[in-house]
Amino acid sequence: MAKTLFDKVWDSHVVHNVEDGPQVVYIDRHYIHEVTSPQAFNGLRNRGIPVFRPKQTIATADHNVPTKDQHLPIKDALSKHQVDTLIKNCDEFGVELYGLGHPFQGIVHVIGPELGITQPGMTMVCGDSHTSTHGAFGAIAFGIGTSEVEQVLATQCILQNKPKKMKIEINGQLKPGVLSKDIILYIISKISTSGGTGHFVEFCGDTIEELSMEARMTICNMSIEMGARGGMIAPDETTYEYIKGREFAPKGEAFDQMVEKWKGLKTDEGAEFDLEYSYDATDIDPMITYGTNPGMGIGINDNVPNPNGNATDNFKKALDYMGLEAGQKLIGKKVDYVFIGSCTNSRIEDLRLVADLVKGRKKADHIEAWIVPGSKQVEQQAIAEGLDVVMKEAGFELREPGCSACLAMNEDKVPAGAYCVSTSNRNFEGRQGPGARTMLASPLSAAATAINGYISDARELMN
Amino acid sequence: MEKFINITSSIYPLPVEDIDTDQIIPARFLKATDRKGFGDNLFRDWRYDKNDQPNPDFVLNNPKYGGTVLVAGKNFGCGSSREHAAWAIYDSGLRVVVSSFFADIFKGNALNNGLLPVQVSEEFLQKIFKAVEVDPKQEVAVDLVNQTIAIAGTDDAESFEITAYKKHCMTNGFDDIDFLISKADEIKEYETKELVF
Ligand code: SF4
Repeated sequence: MAKTLFDKVWDSHVVHNVEDGPQVVYIDRHYIHEVTSPQAFNGLRNRGIPVFRPKQTIATADHNVPTKDQHLPIKDALSKHQVDTLIKNCDEFGVELYGLGHPFQGIVHVIGPELGITQPGMTMVCGDSHTSTHGAFGAIAFGIGTSEVEQVLATQCILQNKPKKMKIEINGQLKPGVLSKDIILYIISKISTSGGTGHFVEFCGDTIEELSMEARMTICNMSIEMGARGGMIAPDETTYEYIKGREFAPKGEAFDQMVEKWKGLKTDEGAEFDLEYSYDATDIDPMITYGTNPGMGIGINDNVPNPNGNATDNFKKALDYMGLEAGQKLIGKKVDYVFIGSCTNSRIEDLRLVADLVKGRKKADHIEAWIVPGSKQVEQQAIAEGLDVVMKEAGFELREPGCSACLAMNEDKVPAGAYCVSTSNRNFEGRQGPGARTMLASPLSAAATAINGYISDARELMN
Repeated sequence: MEKFINITSSIYPLPVEDIDTDQIIPARFLKATDRKGFGDNLFRDWRYDKNDQPNPDFVLNNPKYGGTVLVAGKNFGCGSSREHAAWAIYDSGLRVVVSSFFADIFKGNALNNGLLPVQVSEEFLQKIFKAVEVDPKQEVAVDLVNQTIAIAGTDDAESFEITAYKKHCMTNGFDDIDFLISKADEIKEYETKELVF
């Protein structure tokens, strides 16, 4: 029978079928971090069992960590306790930890790919919903809860019902200044935040094929924001090129053998999906959100929708929280904060785009801007390329890696009522701090906004 | 995990759609390293105002309502995978969440913690909201064995879905880890095979 890419990876990892129930699925790689793992390790301790395959779990500290002075002890006592607990747990259970100070430390979904740990055809999980990022390599990757983290630590397996399959095809050439972040915000604005629930998405089409690995990761990263379990993209030459030579990638002949295997990872002719959508890339403009979920997005030059008498309570509640009016323009609106970072947009390509745009310009005085690299390696690369200097001259500071203002667990919080144009993935109420008003956009839009001090179309600043 | 026992209870109505896990438990309260105590911060930013004073309008603070069942609008539990959301709800004494749609990860997390997600039709959901508007003490009866939910004292009832496996776990208080550990031999055998796509 013709199979989809998803079927091929999933079916090859099924260990056992529970009658009228879920399947036992083998997990190749497991990423953990300080926030969703401590209770799982406690569970193992209570049961008196070890980590079943400690070499297949990789840990980092990212959610909670400060983005300044990482060499000093963490000031927040609770955060410190959580990070210390991770160190203790990894030590006791024999798990490799890339903690603060380690050259590989960073946001879990940034370091996995850049270290070559994430590879096509793998199954991967992490106690963080944006695990879907790794699907860009043709892996099945999805977020799990802490009980499931414990399952994987204890047995390297997880119990899951096989999700349904959705295909999203995008063809055509993107307009200049439109990034993959805009593609995914556009799709979510069409499908809504629950349109993908119960499904695993395969993104395909010539627009996707043209994208770099980093741009593909941004798309798969946010597939969860349409409710999907995850997203994936068939591996191709771009994928193999990216993986080749990375720290934990197979080397030499072993690499060539793997590539031969990976070439089979594509959807067969005639394979069926439960749901299919297709979009034209030429319809997509830079996007920005106006509401309190990622589906509430519009073209940056468009007006906030005006349902007139038909506004739902949710719509009204969202606009009220955001302090916006139905039908109003966003372009030119003054904002207070700009956050460039998170596992969606903190890779070296993102920082290069930002540096290019701000080069020779100055940040608006009233804007507080945080540029937070996704990992130590990204930070080092940015410094090697002199991007930090370009940013500094423009009035920005390159911080140290972590999740930062994506979820505001550390001190990078947006104050109540303030507007923040953010390259992260969620604009929920309070996500960036109690009362914070988040507007999601691409790194280019965020950088242009930081320069002008108001919501801006980056294309006007590009030559 | 504790066994799930059939419930007849009054409810807390929360007719808001797309309630994400950042609302259920904001990230700044995720710093604990055990599973207990999250209930205090359930719906923190809705339940308390800026000065940490209880917001009297919020349903959990309203003495009119009570019980162990939360009834919420469509697409409950979307967003972050934090299991802390399920822990916070359970820790507050709630045992059932009723909605017309649940986000996948939340649903799985709830079931792993003895918290029963009951998915009903939008029509039935609205009926519950109506009934509790008329009488805040209106009860619902949740029967896991027969997979039904009823508005107590009326003929209004609906069946809900749950896999036989999960039902078995919920009614017996078993969790997935016990089951997976029992499959260790099969897992080891799987590991010896070459992966073919
Ligand atoms: S950057 Fe944000 S979304 Fe990504 S892993 Fe960190 S908290 Fe999760």
